[in-house]
Amino acid sequence: MTSMNLVQAIRSGLREAMRQDDDVMLLGEDIGKLGGVFRVTQGLEEEFGADRVLDTPLSETGIIGTAIGMALHGLRPVSEIQFADFIYPGFDQLVNEAAKYRYRTAGELHVPMVVRTPYGGGIRGGQYHSQSPEALFIHTPGLKVVCPSNPYDAKGLLMEAIRDEDPVIFFEPKRVYRAVKMDVPDEPYAVPLGQAKVVRSGAQVTCVAWGAMLYEAFSAAETAAGQGVDVEVIDLRTLWPLDIDTLVSSVEKTGRFVIVHEAPRTCGFGSELVALLTERAFLHLEAPPVRVTGWDTPFPLTHEREYLPLAHRIVPALLETARY
Amino acid sequence: MHINRADGTLDPSLDPGLSIDQLVSLYKAMVRTRVVDDRLERLQRQGRIAFHVGSMGEEAAIIGAAAALRDHDWIVPCYREVGALLWRGYPLQRYIDHMYGNAGDPVRGRQMPDHTFSREHRYLAVSAPIGTQIPHAVGMAMAAKKRGLDECVGVFFGDGATSSNDFHAAMNFAAVYQAPVLFLCRNNGYAISLPAERQTAVPRLSEKGAAYGVPALRVDGNDVLAVWKSVREGVRRATEGDGPTFVELATYRLGGHSTSDDPRAYRGDDEVERWRKADPLRRLRAHIERRDAWSEAMDADWRAACESEVRECVQRAEETPAAELGDLFTDVYAEPPWHLREQRAQCLDGPRAEGEEHEP
Ligand SMILES: Cc1ncc(C[n+]2csc(CCOP(=O)(O)OP(=O)(O)O)c2C)c(N)n1
Repeated sequence: MTSMNLVQAIRSGLREAMRQDDDVMLLGEDIGKLGGVFRVTQGLEEEFGADRVLDTPLSETGIIGTAIGMALHGLRPVSEIQFADFIYPGFDQLVNEAAKYRYRTAGELHVPMVVRTPYGGGIRGGQYHSQSPEALFIHTPGLKVVCPSNPYDAKGLLMEAIRDEDPVIFFEPKRVYRAVKMDVPDEPYAVPLGQAKVVRSGAQVTCVAWGAMLYEAFSAAETAAGQGVDVEVIDLRTLWPLDIDTLVSSVEKTGRFVIVHEAPRTCGFGSELVALLTERAFLHLEAPPVRVTGWDTPFPLTHEREYLPLAHRIVPALLETARY
Repeated sequence: MHINRADGTLDPSLDPGLSIDQLVSLYKAMVRTRVVDDRLERLQRQGRIAFHVGSMGEEAAIIGAAAALRDHDWIVPCYREVGALLWRGYPLQRYIDHMYGNAGDPVRGRQMPDHTFSREHRYLAVSAPIGTQIPHAVGMAMAAKKRGLDECVGVFFGDGATSSNDFHAAMNFAAVYQAPVLFLCRNNGYAISLPAERQTAVPRLSEKGAAYGVPALRVDGNDVLAVWKSVREGVRRATEGDGPTFVELATYRLGGHSTSDDPRAYRGDDEVERWRKADPLRRLRAHIERRDAWSEAMDADWRAACESEVRECVQRAEETPAAELGDLFTDVYAEPPWHLREQRAQCLDGPRAEGEEHEP
């Protein structure tokens, strides 16, 4: 066990995966000598060499497109897209190619690859270093989408994603890259994909969050507890495929739920969660579902703390839902 | 191409014949940009602004190209070219207000520092995604041609951008449609940490223009006269109907990629020291001093004047209130639809956040 932050835990996951399997390759901009702009890959080029850690030219199409080719031909590429905001030049490759190879070859070919990318606001990065585009990928049949909130889950989920036979987009909450530290095993381990985690159990309201906003949801739940409202907080961990059972059974118990995410509200993943839970737990609901999300605008700079669904906006939502 | 020699003499066969007043103005603009850069870097280190991306070492490439374009020609920037905007007379106060994202910021605190815009100065809005502006410049040039305007467009981008999809699409369209556009490729040696020779396997990026049928040349980007002359020739070609030109401005990024970068992780001090000797400011200064149009005392005075100008702007920017919260919701569409009116009300009537964000 070593006390690690998210950056260190993800690095440890990459290192262990590369030690275990020679076919695991890294690709990305500035990931070599510099170790990536967030230093996640620091020291990996030194340990594994420049032919397993490709410090690529500036092209997300090139990174994701060639990673697909490598995955088709026996390797296990893990790409880093420097910021989620810059994934779009590779969007065609992800949506039309990575996501569809298995289907269009009747299962003969598939693309076992991971695309890691830091996402979200809170680093004073303005509209191009703050986006949360997870819904675009959840909407794409064939892609899995993972978003850990803490170092232990991050390493375990990443190692599992690398072993997974389908393409996985791995969103890393950069707002808390260095803010959370916990004991993480040095050796390899797995956290299975597709399992949410109840991080605080409660009886009156279910609050669903992931990534950096999990901490806001948790702190809002503590505040609500002080005002007599007992909140259950669920960390989704894997966004798709969704752990529907954990969510439904929580909402059947509480009868009320609040979804929190950074992405804009309209067609955000919250919309799908509201639909799924309303369809499945309708007769248990005591209050209309609530979404606390980023506003439907591009991500701002000066007022990013008013844009983000931080605890100050979650608390009133929890209290109102509980008292509806 | 190489005109301004290190000792301050000029190659007489290539000298474009700028007046001494023009040369002194260019030098003063380059120094002013350097002083502003320096101050902003310190402000970021003190946590007073979020970020800065500077142009130390690239002033000749940026300001020389801006000076060779005509004032009504659009400049389509990457993000390192504020020197070109200041050259066109953009008020320094407005730029510093932008750096603070305060109520004086023309882009209303929406963009990261150094992502500004001025329609009045024909300087297009900076976008962080690399390469995306290059086809816009081509389209604007196609529009100018279609509308019969006596205009061309100068688009800046780095060596890294020549790997982007958009770069290739732009080259191809520009050549096919003979758009009056100048591709101003600041080859400053690095894309963050990746050296240019690992970005692209051809040694001259200008070949990437030539491959598409865009006449291309490579010039010493630290030689303001060579930059001016080659860009002015591109302007002539564009306005006479000869289509696009690609100018590779070979230069060097003396500072980090931005204030978030620590270049010691990927390059040695000796390399930087070598390039310091080729500092574009030094060379132009040597020339104007040689012609007795500049002196040590004038240099010190000018730097001091620039420094106090920046200091005053910073002070005013810090006294100016933050950009309006309600502005978060404007300009998404021409008219805010129901959902944005509703969200605006929710936000303004809702609870306020406490505290400040910090770098991760
Ligand atoms: C599409 C995209 N990918 C990655 C980035 C992150 N990034 C910002 S600047 C940069 C390097 C750009 O290098 P270059 O084009 O040479 O310009 P320079 O910064 O050297 O002026 C990178 C990779 C980005 N902004 N956009």
